[in-house]
Amino acid sequence: MSEPRFAPADPKGVLTGTYFLDGDHACCEGALAAGCRFVAGYPITPSTEVVERFSARAPRVGAMFIQMEDELASSIAIQGAVWGGAKAMTVTSGPGFSLMMEHIGLAVMTETPCVFVNVQRGGPSTGLPTLTGQADVMQARWGSHGDYEIIAISPDSPQECFDLMLDAFNLSERYRVPVMFMMDECVGHMTEKVVIPPAEEIMVEERHWTDKPGLDYLPFAANANGVPDMTRAGEGHRIHVTGLTHDEKGYPVINAEAQEKLVRRLVEKIRLNAEDIIRIRERDLEGAEVVVLSYGITSRVAERAIVLAREQGVKVGSLRLVTLWPFPERRIRELAEQVGSFVVAEINYGQMFYEVERCAAGKAPVLLAPHGGGTVHSPEQILEKIMEARACRQS
Amino acid sequence: MSTVLKPRPDEAPPEHPMESILRMDRMPHIWCPSCGIGTAVNCFASAVRKAEFDLDHVSIVSGIGCTGRVAGYLRLDSFHTTHGRPIAFATGLKLARPDLKVVVFSGDGDLMAIGGNHFIHAARRNQDLTIICVNNFNYAMTGGQLAPTTPVTARASTAPYGNYDAPFNLPFLAESCGAVYVARWTVLHFRRLINSMVKALTKPGFTFIEVIAPCATLYARKNKLGDGRDLLHFYREQSEIQHGANTKDVDIEFQKKIICGEFVDKVRPTFLDRMNDMYEARLGEEYEDYGGCCGEV
Amino acid sequence: MRLWREPFDADKLGLPRGTVTIITERCKGCGFCVDYCPRGVLAISEDFNAKGYHPPEVVEPGRCVNCDLCEMICPEFAIFCVPAEEATR
Repeated sequence: MSEPRFAPADPKGVLTGTYFLDGDHACCEGALAAGCRFVAGYPITPSTEVVERFSARAPRVGAMFIQMEDELASSIAIQGAVWGGAKAMTVTSGPGFSLMMEHIGLAVMTETPCVFVNVQRGGPSTGLPTLTGQADVMQARWGSHGDYEIIAISPDSPQECFDLMLDAFNLSERYRVPVMFMMDECVGHMTEKVVIPPAEEIMVEERHWTDKPGLDYLPFAANANGVPDMTRAGEGHRIHVTGLTHDEKGYPVINAEAQEKLVRRLVEKIRLNAEDIIRIRERDLEGAEVVVLSYGITSRVAERAIVLAREQGVKVGSLRLVTLWPFPERRIRELAEQVGSFVVAEINYGQMFYEVERCAAGKAPVLLAPHGGGTVHSPEQILEKIMEARACRQS
Repeated sequence: MSTVLKPRPDEAPPEHPMESILRMDRMPHIWCPSCGIGTAVNCFASAVRKAEFDLDHVSIVSGIGCTGRVAGYLRLDSFHTTHGRPIAFATGLKLARPDLKVVVFSGDGDLMAIGGNHFIHAARRNQDLTIICVNNFNYAMTGGQLAPTTPVTARASTAPYGNYDAPFNLPFLAESCGAVYVARWTVLHFRRLINSMVKALTKPGFTFIEVIAPCATLYARKNKLGDGRDLLHFYREQSEIQHGANTKDVDIEFQKKIICGEFVDKVRPTFLDRMNDMYEARLGEEYEDYGGCCGEV
Repeated sequence: MRLWREPFDADKLGLPRGTVTIITERCKGCGFCVDYCPRGVLAISEDFNAKGYHPPEVVEPGRCVNCDLCEMICPEFAIFCVPAEEATR
């Protein structure tokens, strides 16, 4: 079965109502609404509230929360739970995210659907534990060793922390891939209105269980879309799951042919399905002299900067990345032919900027509005870059 | 009467009684001639049969290394995870599905060095897991490096002048972390090992068996101990069964006495027991005892 | 077996007998079965299999008592016993 199959959310996990919640708390509720019933985590500012809330909710909804001894254990315990049949996530910030890299690679290689939440903070190293950053976005894509593709999502508000968690879990099931949920400390710690709809209005993608019996089932034999059906332990399939390069049965095969066959498929299952995965929000791009590209909390500051720029007569559009990865290459290449220039505003010294520049391929100037972290840009900082971009825009 | 069968190349060999639990499509296995891991797996296969488990509901998790390859040869739901982490993976699997029997089968380096932290915490929590640790005193797969169990003065590829680093006493470690069943056997004690495995597999809580096994190609060769046969002779000469021995006293010195036996066999509430008790006490009737989080099984 | 007197039920007792099967192509010549067979049934043969290992051969066929030791100790799953049809003294 390779078509997505949706069912209404299990009401047990849906806290229907209108609330005043911060992003961390909304993220926890989003996971529960999506059917997540297993969380293994380790405390790390500014993500701890997600698991604190989950630890309180778990016994009331039949879920399991375990605080593991470190992020290494957390990031693989969730995979054990997934192979038992649960939807699972782990939650961390920068330093923990670095520790989890090996197991992100394992999840990619074994095609284990799960969600890794990173509430980003200032880095590198211990950095600014209580203050925001957006400097892990490249790491989300490239952090583990080897060739692979993942899906990464960036919410801009507590409401999106709820809504996009549903997307995160659904996409991870559809593509049997770990999804990186890249919040930042601002979004995680800001409190806003969050509306949680009734359970019957929330459609959740079910795990793509195989209908093949016993040993007929091959855990890594792909359907037409490049994704194999899934199973869980105890079904008589006697699966073998390994991080070694393997064949369709899951048996290790250590040669170049097997590597080409497997890794190419792991990469292509995301690349060839990019149009289904990519989510971006565009506004006023028609005839824009400057397009401000941003994500997460920065997109909200950018909106203010855009208003100020418009007051000065600049034709400014915005492009917000909801999915960071896969990157919307095709759209940026298209836009680079049409718009005057890009400003990439992010709370780092240039990460997604390089992707935009790469895809623009010199057809339109791309300027970076960087920020070291610790707080957000001021609208004036972004405005300054908008004016600079307008001055050097292509015609 | 007895038979020696030499099947013709096109003829299928006779069926060994353990074949139904092995991935015969992956045989012969990669372990060296006279490696003890094969015997440990043979004992495990016998134990699982003796304990009459439903094999569809037994999951095996291993790490990286020679013993880590065990998962690949057993025809159970088997998981070959990252180095040092099978216990953490197994914790997740077992907690999501308490109905499964989850066994961790891995080596001394994988479980006690890189995996040490996960070992001590799973034992502390008394997770309902059985850990079979094959101890061949080195990192064999990667060429015979030092392990936290290598005896003092033994040579290893990263201790070319002889090891000076104090090794672990694994039963002592296991007991002090809270394991409810701790035993040590050599692969020569295969009958006792089988029975010990049955006990460990059927006892709730964190059960641990250290299995001393010969490593002919690396540990034995680097230390001029002969091959597996010679090491088995050594186990025969130097192993002594002392059930209930104080685990503090069962250190292994290089080529000296090896104390085997069942050292610890006690009862402690498991992680899930404690969890359910606490939630019942705090949440009262609202709380339903946790039975897994994967829906219908 | 040395007896100090004839057991009263001697006519009803019998020693179990076994048939050993050796899957020679699977053997890696470790010698465990040969060393530890309590009845001296096996010895390393002069023959060799496709991989060049010397598998065991049965040298005392009548002495096997189906104790299963060789079956349990073999790391290669290359040898096993089944009960022989008749039990004899």
